Amino acid sequence: MLRDIYQTFVEFVRTFGALQLFFLQLLRFSPRVLFLRFRLVVLQVYATGAVSIVIIAVSGLFVGGVLGLQAYSNLSKFNAEDTAGIFVAFALVKELGPVITALLFAGRAGTSLASEIGLMRATDQLSAMEMMAVNPIRRVVVPKFLGGVISMPLLAAIFSMIGLFGAHLVAVELLGVDVGAFWQQMQDTLELKDVNEGIVKSVVFGVVASLIAVWEGYNCIPTAEGVGRATTRTVVVTAIAVLILDFMITAIVL
Amino acid sequence: MQQTRTVEFGTGLFVLLGIGALFFLITQTTGGNDFSASETYQVTARFGNVGSLSDRSPVSMAGVTIGRVTDIDFDPESLDAVVTIVIDSRYDRIPDDSDASILTAGLLGSQYIGMQPGGSLSYLENGSEILFTQSAVILENLIGKFLVKSGSSDAEE
Repeated sequence: MLRDIYQTFVEFVRTFGALQLFFLQLLRFSPRVLFLRFRLVVLQVYATGAVSIVIIAVSGLFVGGVLGLQAYSNLSKFNAEDTAGIFVAFALVKELGPVITALLFAGRAGTSLASEIGLMRATDQLSAMEMMAVNPIRRVVVPKFLGGVISMPLLAAIFSMIGLFGAHLVAVELLGVDVGAFWQQMQDTLELKDVNEGIVKSVVFGVVASLIAVWEGYNCIPTAEGVGRATTRTVVVTAIAVLILDFMITAIVL
Repeated sequence: MQQTRTVEFGTGLFVLLGIGALFFLITQTTGGNDFSASETYQVTARFGNVGSLSDRSPVSMAGVTIGRVTDIDFDPESLDAVVTIVIDSRYDRIPDDSDASILTAGLLGSQYIGMQPGGSLSYLENGSEILFTQSAVILENLIGKFLVKSGSSDAEE
């Protein structure tokens, strides 16, 4: 029993270390891929970012809407519904924007990255590339990773922006909060550093989510079941990592 | 070929939208009290208590933002707060006996410096000090005074 725990612990630390080394390897190839194989990165930005716009926009609209609704119904008890804008903007820009986008990103783009790479592994395409003296990390993994890293902050910004419009729709148009108060109070209270905190978070989450996705795909067991497991693990591990990191970044920044 | 063009268009649209959203967040949700003037001059004012005044708090005259607070320091000699203010150079004809008071926007709003014009014929210039100031009103002190007062009037009855 104790030995099992010990074994699990050692295995966890080993995986964690291997992940770091994998990350360093990706970083080492990143500048070269970015400059010499820019086209591959653009394709991946399309595959991870552009196709996720719809889910991000719809989720953002409704998350913003529900925030506006909650803010209104609770703040109106204190006759302070004018401050709904502050509440919604803080929640969206600092926390919900980056976090929910990262979770959706893991579900929408992370899984496809992992399964694509995993399937290439399972069908020996990666080994075939190695046979042809093409480094599969450089040709396949790094562009996917960079595409995710570029897409994620942009998606988070789109999410926050559409969320604010959603909150505006519900609070101002439906519930009758004064439009001037809604935006003016928000602008008076929010500072550039609050927006920056959200941007930093979304960049970090982008790196983490993309890293986990390509890592799970690259190291999956080369069977149909293994690919399935890799996609599941991508979502689970990303969700946990993002939520823990979110707490840590907030604690450091505050 | 058509396929490539779609991908390129989609990527371009996505990146533009993303950058637009970033720009929107940075400019539209922040900095309502942003004050940007290319040329400014600096004056100081001493307050007995600055309350919750902070850097970047607006300075307004007749309700118009004419400058902002850049620094708040404590003077260990005179034991009061020294507030440094920059004012837009366009407003260079503010009488030097104008007074500055720390006011609150709304009941629970943020604090700002409101200036009342004086009648002097000389004007504030770079480095001058505003002599007439009024400290922030601390809500707790007010409540305290009110309680003491109502308590004593009860005793008289």
